[in-house]
Amino acid sequence: MKVLLSWLRELAAVPNDPDAVSVALTSLGMAVDDMTVVGESVAGVITARVVRTERHADAAKVHRVYVDAGDGVERHVWCGAFNMAPGDVIPLATLGTTMPDGREIQRRGILGIDSEGMLCSAKELGIGEDHAGIMILASDTPLGIPLNEALGIETDVVYELDLTRNRPDTWGHLGIARDLAAHFGVAFTPPAPALDPSSEVRSTPVTIVDGDRCGRFTSTVISGVQVGASPAWIARRLGLAGMRSINNVVDASNLVMLELNQPNHAYDLATLGGGGFRIRRANEGEAMTTLDGVERTFSSDDLLICDAADVPVGLAGVMGGLDSEISTSTTVVALEIAWFEPVAIARTVATTGLRSEASVRFDRGVDPHHIEASVARFAELLRESCPELTVHAGMSDVRGESLPAAERVVEVRVARVNKLLGTSLDAATVSALLAPIGYDTVSSVDGVLAVGVPSWRLDSTVEVDVIEEIARHYGYDRIGKAVPKSAVHGTLSHVQRRRRNVRDLMLGRGLSEAMPNPFLTMVDVAALGFGEEQVVTLTNPLVEVEKVLRPSLRPGLLKALAFNASHRLVGLSLFEVGHVYPPAVESDAALPAECEMLGAVMAGRDASAAVALWRELSASLGFGARVDQELVPAGMHPGRSATLTLGRTVAGMIGEIHPSVCEAFGVSERVAYVELNLSLALAHQPAIVQAKPVSRFPSSDVDLAFVAPDSLAAERLERAIRQAAAKLLVSLELFDVYRGPGVAEGNRSLAFRLRLQAADRTLTDVELAEVRAKVIAATAKMATLR
Amino acid sequence: MIDQIAAARDAALRLVTEADTLDAVTSLNTELLGKRSPLAQLKTQLGSLPSVDEKRAAGQAVNEAMAAVQQCVDTKRRVLVDAALDTQLRNERLDLTEFVGVSGVRGRSHLVTQAWERLEDVFIGLGFQIAEGPEVETDFYNFEALNMPPSHPARSMWDTLFVNHGAAGSTVLRTHTSPVQIRVMQTWPPPIYAIMPGRVFRNETPDATHMPVFHQLEGLVIDRNITMADLAGTIEAFTAAFFGPGFTSRLRPSYFPFTEPSAEFDIRRHDGTWIELGGCGMVHPNVLRAGGLDPEEWQGFAFGFGIDRMAKERHGINDLRDMYADDIRFISQF
Repeated sequence: MKVLLSWLRELAAVPNDPDAVSVALTSLGMAVDDMTVVGESVAGVITARVVRTERHADAAKVHRVYVDAGDGVERHVWCGAFNMAPGDVIPLATLGTTMPDGREIQRRGILGIDSEGMLCSAKELGIGEDHAGIMILASDTPLGIPLNEALGIETDVVYELDLTRNRPDTWGHLGIARDLAAHFGVAFTPPAPALDPSSEVRSTPVTIVDGDRCGRFTSTVISGVQVGASPAWIARRLGLAGMRSINNVVDASNLVMLELNQPNHAYDLATLGGGGFRIRRANEGEAMTTLDGVERTFSSDDLLICDAADVPVGLAGVMGGLDSEISTSTTVVALEIAWFEPVAIARTVATTGLRSEASVRFDRGVDPHHIEASVARFAELLRESCPELTVHAGMSDVRGESLPAAERVVEVRVARVNKLLGTSLDAATVSALLAPIGYDTVSSVDGVLAVGVPSWRLDSTVEVDVIEEIARHYGYDRIGKAVPKSAVHGTLSHVQRRRRNVRDLMLGRGLSEAMPNPFLTMVDVAALGFGEEQVVTLTNPLVEVEKVLRPSLRPGLLKALAFNASHRLVGLSLFEVGHVYPPAVESDAALPAECEMLGAVMAGRDASAAVALWRELSASLGFGARVDQELVPAGMHPGRSATLTLGRTVAGMIGEIHPSVCEAFGVSERVAYVELNLSLALAHQPAIVQAKPVSRFPSSDVDLAFVAPDSLAAERLERAIRQAAAKLLVSLELFDVYRGPGVAEGNRSLAFRLRLQAADRTLTDVELAEVRAKVIAATAKMATLR
Repeated sequence: MIDQIAAARDAALRLVTEADTLDAVTSLNTELLGKRSPLAQLKTQLGSLPSVDEKRAAGQAVNEAMAAVQQCVDTKRRVLVDAALDTQLRNERLDLTEFVGVSGVRGRSHLVTQAWERLEDVFIGLGFQIAEGPEVETDFYNFEALNMPPSHPARSMWDTLFVNHGAAGSTVLRTHTSPVQIRVMQTWPPPIYAIMPGRVFRNETPDATHMPVFHQLEGLVIDRNITMADLAGTIEAFTAAFFGPGFTSRLRPSYFPFTEPSAEFDIRRHDGTWIELGGCGMVHPNVLRAGGLDPEEWQGFAFGFGIDRMAKERHGINDLRDMYADDIRFISQF
């Protein structure tokens, strides 16, 4: 909202210090987004009279003007405009003046003849668009005075405020001025014109059909209206506040809204059907053309203002109807000032998408109990241009059940105030902080204040609302700063510590962290085998096709690889830790299934990279899972992938991404992939390892090479060796895999190194031979010793 | 005999001095000091000397001679070993600036993660624990429990993305991390000193300063006597710890449905300009009740701010979208 300093100063004796007021506004909760000084006089520009003009033989485009700035001294000025005559009063920029465009007025003239200043156009002075000629002022203008003084232009400051939802009162200059007056401890001087109605009673019958939506509706008949232009000061004030001047009636209406936060509407009584109002919900699908010329249809949740003939003339609290507009022939108006239930107005704004200066005020809640003052102010303003104006007795004033109580009292415990704010205020101080903003202490007993809430603060309903007011006016900056001593031990949780370990492991292996868009298309997820019914979707996606909440991290990571590849950046390794939404197990849960995943892509690498990464992860997390190559995950290489399983639970997958999936995402490299369900893996609590003494006796290595068919998983052979070697085996390493001459087609040689050691003795050759024999026997069915 | 000993010694010393390989020194060691060496031979002949005095003198002379030869051998060996090592080290010289392909091995974590973890560490230092919650939330946790009953006008402060799950409008992508406050209050016994970092979502078109998907950090302190001064002090402490000393903070009144009194907190840069960082306030009694706590017994403060913005501020990033492009040329800078 745009707020004028001059206006505020009319309503309260706030200092004429734009910066101090700006700081005060911010510290009161009205953030100043922008502050503009307007109408500032150009220092050095004064009024002067043209004495005579003279042409110079060598200068065709300029002439010489002699002026008198009131001091009787004739000054010579070169001038390129010829629109002035002797006797005219014109603005003279004296030597040394810095013009709004930054140029400085200097003595140097032309043809060796000095110029003692410059005569100015309105545009050059930044006060108008006219640059056709030099500005000519009224001939009785005093000479030698600053131009803006001569023109009656006042300097003003416009603040652009970012207002919060809880302060309905700040949508009028009055409310802001009240806050500032309290802050600075200065007088608050609201306008208080007398209504002074004529004895001639004229009324407009009002019927409130839906009192749950309209709490109060008043209509005042005002005659003697002559529609025309507003006085200049009203037009200027509206202009600075960001509203266009329309005519004197509409302008008075808008000024009352901007000043008193009381939106209102003047109807031409002559065109108002039946000469009265009915306030009711719209019929479903009922239509009306609003002031902005758009025909709109309404639902039964919207409230309409209709004339007595039940024809809609306005959308309550939002905008009048086009047909109710004041015209030049209007002489009698019915001034509507009403109160509508705020939450419902907000709903209408949301459903119609129609927002107006009135609706932002109504949906926050305007003052329902000071309507008469607004009528009086409207009449006072309009009377300036309509001297014959008459406010008639007989104002219609109908109330509905939603009208907030005029007297609302909230109990405030002083001890509670201090306990919450960390202050030590006494009851009298609390009362004194509240009184200037209209919160009057009704009673104060044993540290409990009964505080009357002003009718313009519908947001204040409970104790803490009032405590906030106390805090604002005590000053947030006066509340001290203390660091509380935590009652708990600050630490990462088990899961959080392990998540950091995972990230660190990824970084250490050269993977960088990506954060791709989590919203996917159906095409993206179909490539991984997910159907429409298996995924979670958005109701109102940002981009229509990107409506799927990712069931996997793979698409995002592949897109990141493709993006980089398009910039000739290949061979990248990326990972992501993020939430995914797998197909639901139970459909009636309050929330869709959600789990945290690790995804890692390594472009240009084969499955061995995935295996190595998984092994390191597994070791680091103390989290084992079976690498089940029989279960090929969807969208993965059928011969080079495995599911990580824990019994029947799927914990992740490793291997290579299916080439056709890579192709679908525009990745032409081979991509190794690891995916691990971190919700499982991080929560896992590895047993605390108990120390075993290290053997003091020498160890011995036994190397065994087996020839086994390709169909036999090396892991099975390994398991058999472990079982056979039993307790004496301290480590087992598969150190060579060989395919080629000497080994039959479809087979390969697997060479293992067994390190054997006993805790209590040196193993004898006999014992070593025994272990060797046992191992060979145990593996005889699956492989042959080479 | 003494002369023979001297002659043998001199001959031996000469041989050792002339030796120029380790192998030669090793064989000389056996040759000149072993059982068959001239000096050892002379030693065996000591018994044939007539007098005790002569025996003693000759014995002493032969022992001294052998010690001298031994010392000479040892010295020679050391010299040769040192020389050999010198040669080896000289031959092994590498130009440590000529290697290719060994840099950039370590990956880079995302800027948001870097700021996130830094902030976690700062708050752990202040005695906070860290809570997490789901990204898809119910209307109850995202709005209703935060003092925004259905159709509360303040809900329009957040552009919400709705999820097709359950009754229409009942499930959302959380618009802020605040729902975790309620989950923490419901499950952790007070007192609570917690932060809740996480990913949040808004129905907003991405631009230089807004992303539809971004990250927030929420703080919640609930204890018996937590005041607004504690809030102001905590904000000051963490901003100083994150940005470094010389940054000051201020609170100014604002509005959030879930706190009252509410405030925005700004920090002042070294150049005197203020930047708006986030919102905070004393937890609203209705929020405490929704979390199952009695507002007459427990009170506290909450605050929240954007992690992405902290990273943006710290690294001088002009456009937030750069942080989410997953462009390795950008990622590699940090």
